[in-house]
Amino acid sequence: MTSILELRGITKTFPGVVANDHIDLTLNKGEILALLGENGAGKTTLMNILYGLYTQDEGDIYIRGEQAHIVSPTDAIRQGIGMVHQHFMLVPPLTVTENVVLGDELTRGMFLDRRRAARRVREIADTYGLAVDPDALVSTLPVGVQQRVEIIKVLYRQADMLIMDEPTAVLTPQEVQDLFTIVRSLVDQGKSVIFITHKLKEVLALADRIVVLRQGRVVGETTPQETTEAELAAMMVGHAVELTVTKEPAVVNDVVLDVQDLSVLDDRHNLAVDEVTLQVCGGEIVGIAGVQGNGQTELVEALTGLRPAVSGSVRILGDDVTAASPRAIIEQGVAHVPEDRQRDGLVLSFPVADNLVINTYYIEPFARGIAIQGDAVARQARNLVEQFDVRTPGIETPVAMLSGGNQQKVIVAREFSRPIRLLIASQPTRGLDVGSIEYIHQRIVEKRDEGAGVLLVSPELDEVMSLSDRIAVMYKGHIVAMVRPDEVTREEIGLLMAGAEIGERSAPPAPPTD
Amino acid sequence: MDQETTLQERTPPEEGRDVRRPPRRRRVWGWLGELLIPILAIVTAFVLSGVFILITDVQVVNAFTRIPRRVAVPFTDPEDEISLEEALRYHPNEVIVGDTVEVDGRMLRVVEEVDDPDAEIALEEARALFPELRDGVTIYLDFFDKPQTGLRTAWNAIRTAYGALFEGAIGDPARIAAAIRAWLAGDPSGLPTAFYPITESLVAATPYILVGLAVALGFRAGLFNIGAEGQYFVGGLTSVFVGYSIQGLPLIIHLPLMLLAGVVGAGIWGAIPGLLKATTGAHEVINTIMMNYIAFALSDWLLSGPMMRPGGFRPISPAIAPSAMLPRLFPSPIRFHAGFFLALACAALVYWLLFHTTIGFELRTVGANPRAARYAGMSITRNYVLAMFLSGGLAGLAGANDISGLIGYMPNAFSAGYGFDSIALALLGRSHPVGVVLAALLFGTLRTGATRMQSAAQIPVDIIEILQAMVIIFIAAPEIIRALYCLRRQRGEAGRVLPSEGAAS
Repeated sequence: MTSILELRGITKTFPGVVANDHIDLTLNKGEILALLGENGAGKTTLMNILYGLYTQDEGDIYIRGEQAHIVSPTDAIRQGIGMVHQHFMLVPPLTVTENVVLGDELTRGMFLDRRRAARRVREIADTYGLAVDPDALVSTLPVGVQQRVEIIKVLYRQADMLIMDEPTAVLTPQEVQDLFTIVRSLVDQGKSVIFITHKLKEVLALADRIVVLRQGRVVGETTPQETTEAELAAMMVGHAVELTVTKEPAVVNDVVLDVQDLSVLDDRHNLAVDEVTLQVCGGEIVGIAGVQGNGQTELVEALTGLRPAVSGSVRILGDDVTAASPRAIIEQGVAHVPEDRQRDGLVLSFPVADNLVINTYYIEPFARGIAIQGDAVARQARNLVEQFDVRTPGIETPVAMLSGGNQQKVIVAREFSRPIRLLIASQPTRGLDVGSIEYIHQRIVEKRDEGAGVLLVSPELDEVMSLSDRIAVMYKGHIVAMVRPDEVTREEIGLLMAGAEIGERSAPPAPPTD
Repeated sequence: MDQETTLQERTPPEEGRDVRRPPRRRRVWGWLGELLIPILAIVTAFVLSGVFILITDVQVVNAFTRIPRRVAVPFTDPEDEISLEEALRYHPNEVIVGDTVEVDGRMLRVVEEVDDPDAEIALEEARALFPELRDGVTIYLDFFDKPQTGLRTAWNAIRTAYGALFEGAIGDPARIAAAIRAWLAGDPSGLPTAFYPITESLVAATPYILVGLAVALGFRAGLFNIGAEGQYFVGGLTSVFVGYSIQGLPLIIHLPLMLLAGVVGAGIWGAIPGLLKATTGAHEVINTIMMNYIAFALSDWLLSGPMMRPGGFRPISPAIAPSAMLPRLFPSPIRFHAGFFLALACAALVYWLLFHTTIGFELRTVGANPRAARYAGMSITRNYVLAMFLSGGLAGLAGANDISGLIGYMPNAFSAGYGFDSIALALLGRSHPVGVVLAALLFGTLRTGATRMQSAAQIPVDIIEILQAMVIIFIAAPEIIRALYCLRRQRGEAGRVLPSEGAAS
């Protein structure tokens, strides 16, 4: 195999952090190189250097054997490097074709040559098996297809090295499989791919070669044939990692959350939650499995007072909270880890300390009358930062400066440090690395063991299967099945999530009594 | 394996603890860094305004294109005059258009083209007749023949303009010094006139502080209050009503009551768009603008109807009772009144409210991320209404303050364009009370100085508006300043939000 890209001794320092420490990396032609590492290990920094968004302090980049000076994305594109960003850079009201040609338009005189552009897009799509309608509006496309548009954009600019930054973070399991097929067809056609991720299963399933980064250094290189999940996890984190959650059987007490025939509308006024009935008892974890967009978001919002119910009732600890305000529900002892931490759970421009008291700021000791007690807030922040091991330069640092995992730890620290009876955790580990996932899982089980009821919503089937004591499968706004994780297989739940019926199990079992 | 151990060493267990408080030095620098851009923006705006002053000044333009010199024999003043001998070296054979020459006993004006042969003579013809220049004729030199003169003219123009601005805004230093000397010698009569300019600047800054705070508070809560102008009017109306309709109260009750009426009236006026936004989603920018027009019309109607001064024809309100006047702190002509301290107190109060109370915490949270605020149990509706009430109230207090401290009644042409200036002030002050106070002081001094500049140096007041506008542009687009002065970003690249990260929020 011939190397198409070589990084030698790349070093990049940020104030206080060595993000990349003499990294050597080689990409061969026609291979899928997985770059594995925890959040903050330096993967993204390295790729941003390669793509010209940052400039390295030291080290050289060689492309096809020649030294390359990349100081802007334009240079990178000219060298045949393309980047598929984790968050898509698309203009939703424009069509697929328009998005693809944006910035590199095919023109006829001063007009956009739509027909020729659409033909190019279709050619690319056909060559690499990227099924996309060139004339569809991007706003109407599902996430998986939007990602294909991003890939076409890169290919349109004639990239032969593709950097994919956490491409599966936003995809459903089915979409992930489709993406893998696409990536394989890309390398079959002679492209080379750097696949950035922290998901071990994906790495083993897809990569030709794996390079593991930790704290800015290359700590290992291997192939899927030579390694195992546990080995990779240990390499990433630096010590052996518990991949499965160990927990005692649930000790169940009273019903904490009692949902009866709850119906909720979504933003477009369609029925998103359709007569859902559900109980969560203290001391158990009830998982809600389902492909994203089957009403889980709306259900959680209704339970936490963020979205009105059209019918049905919600009782928490026996009190009717169907129409209660979010604050009243919080004060009932409900903690909520929201699905989208940056949009709902944090005020990014606020310091860590303020975010840690965002729903308790008005209660003693944080406030006396209307005066906020800065000392008490700071003390609380220092305690929680230490206790929950939030890696932050200081409690006055805006949360926006923290990595995703540490942002999530801020939320977990805030929600778990209150005396709570019910925990509603929506995708609590979305986008987090192995170490953080393990940590958050342990904390959730800890809360359960303390007697709190836990409602866990996650599209990650593994997470639901390993954490839950009971699993409710949600499909199109209904709870189609209530099962125990030890009684079903992954495949059976997968089928239920896809809307299949399993005759004998369709009747939900009663909550466990002991 | 040894690789791993070295890595373990790099994360000592106390890693988090020792860096949790930023070192004091960095905090101070951070604070100065905040000021650096505004100061450079102001300096740059002054320099550019200077260029405007130069290119709009006829004398300076003349000086740079052609420097006028009188030809003089005998030669006395080298600045304005030039000897005939020297002049001939520059212009060996010239008569200037517009000169009058004597031809055959007739006085003829030298022109380019002859329209009236009885009174005019063509330039060429005149030259033929008078091959030499005469004493007293003005000739023009190129700028490069004598650059000092051109530069001196330019410098003088700038110095006169900015000198007048400074004297008008702060005072004449020599005069102040003389007044203080006289005062120490036992004669305080010179003090009021010497200090008049600076006190006028503070008087002008007072409403600026209040309207700036109004808009800044709105910004913090994520609301764009364009209605400060209308709220200023309504505050004036409600306060003046309490000021003239109630008689016989002691000052200690009447004055606060009047000011409070201004705050509450304008507060309610401002809260309406807040309520509309929270309940119906109607955008506050549109609604506050609309409320402005309603306020103007309401004020016109009230002042020419129910609130019109009895026995007069002008649409003005009756005069407020003396017990509702803010006390003047110095003898006439100094108009400096207690309102300035009231405004400073409001700034302190807003600062405390925003950054040290639960109310401010909620306002700022709602402003920074309404979804997270709702998630945290805060009421968006209540906070929008409250923010707009407070914002309107501050603008209303500016109106009440101007009536109570300066005018004593409500005229129909009440405002001096505070509505738009207030947005500029809030931007310039970065929505921080301290910043707003500084920005208001700057605007107040500029406004006061501009009047003097116009009268003393014939520089139009508009130059000051251009200057203010440039300050705003540089503040709103700090990249211009960074590029001009080759400044680097404060936090280095680590603070740079990449597009991929930005798309998340």
